[in-house]
Amino acid sequence: MSFKNYCFKKSLWLFHFGGASCNNCDIEILDCLTPRYDLERFGMVLVGSIRHADVLLVNGSINKRDKPRLLELYNQAPKPILVVAIGACGCTGGIFAQGNTFAGPVDKIIPVDAYVPGCPPKPEAIIAGIMHLLNKK
Amino acid sequence: MAKDLLYYLIFPGLIFISVAGGLLSGFDRKITAWLQFRKGPPLIQPFYDFLKLLLVKETIIPARGSVLTFLAAPVFAFAGALISGLLILLPGFGFKPGFSGDVIVVFYMLTIPSLTYIIGALAAGNPLASVGASREMKLIISYELTFLLIIAAVILKAGNTIRISDIIQAQVEQGAFIGSISGLLLFIAAVFCIQAKLGLVPFDMAEAETEINHGAFIEYSGTAYALIKLAKYIMFFILPAFICVILLGGISLNGIQVLWTILKIMGVVLLITLIRNTNPRVKIDQAMRFFFIWMNLLVIIAIVLILFGL
Repeated sequence: MSFKNYCFKKSLWLFHFGGASCNNCDIEILDCLTPRYDLERFGMVLVGSIRHADVLLVNGSINKRDKPRLLELYNQAPKPILVVAIGACGCTGGIFAQGNTFAGPVDKIIPVDAYVPGCPPKPEAIIAGIMHLLNKK
Repeated sequence: MAKDLLYYLIFPGLIFISVAGGLLSGFDRKITAWLQFRKGPPLIQPFYDFLKLLLVKETIIPARGSVLTFLAAPVFAFAGALISGLLILLPGFGFKPGFSGDVIVVFYMLTIPSLTYIIGALAAGNPLASVGASREMKLIISYELTFLLIIAAVILKAGNTIRISDIIQAQVEQGAFIGSISGLLLFIAAVFCIQAKLGLVPFDMAEAETEINHGAFIEYSGTAYALIKLAKYIMFFILPAFICVILLGGISLNGIQVLWTILKIMGVVLLITLIRNTNPRVKIDQAMRFFFIWMNLLVIIAIVLILFGL
């Protein structure tokens, strides 16, 4: 692993994009940052601006209104950026996959680096997904 | 000449100031984590953040922004912080005697990072950045008068000298200024001032993450943001060092004094970290009232006490 890559993986800043979510995954993501699970151990912090982000967390079903916004966010992000699809809706569309307004799961719109399935995924599952992301390259 | 370069670039210049600032920022994050019953990031996390931003990330220039101003502002912020650090540390450690009036120059140099944040934010062409810049401007207006009054009081207390090494000498002779009542009042006001200068929590309205998404820094990415981070780390080290120089009896490198110096600076950082973690963000008008009325009053009382010799 090169030095650059090592620094990158030691300091991933998260940006959270909630699509048409039921808020369950949002709360589980926030759980990861609370004292019990404490993702800041790995240097991960939640940032408010996409310009600072290294990881784009996408949850919720992406409907026709969300799609251009998600694309815009992805294009505005400084590269390299990793994308994590969280929850059943983010990975496959879940129970909304057949819906009228559904605009495809996240990986049909932007490239996805890791999937965390579950409805909602437990914080442990999200941490496991992130560790998978860290060990990937 | 070669010795001067060594001073400016390695110790106590660029490399020492940056490393010390990064370690103190890591210390701040660790203490914050402990206060929240977390484990927290490793102590050298700020270096990972800085190197990642510098080496890995792409720098994006906003479409509606002014390119030159936007990219030059972080360089000036970093340069201002570094120059003020050198002006404080060279006389502070006794490497150079300094010149008459350097405490005034330090006062101006310490303002430059905040000013360049405003200029860079206004050049970004982002409405949230403009909100952040306007708040930062109001914050500067509120705390600078207090800060100037503190320096004036210190000058008065040190017997009308405007040279940093003479201020330290005066404290060596008559004991650290914080030992007297007026010195204690000045120290309280100074801690709140550096809290506002660093943009930490009671006064972080200029970069409120949860409200205006990092405000003034919203459009910065990659190398430009790395320089801003570096300027912030440097400020995190030199402002507590400046407080130590003007109020806590100076900094020194002789023998056991090194330990005292480190403890003093870490104590000031611990104090501002505790204030930051136990207070909510105030509104900008509350911050202005706090500085204009209460802090100025405190410093003026201290000046009157100094005139009475307390």
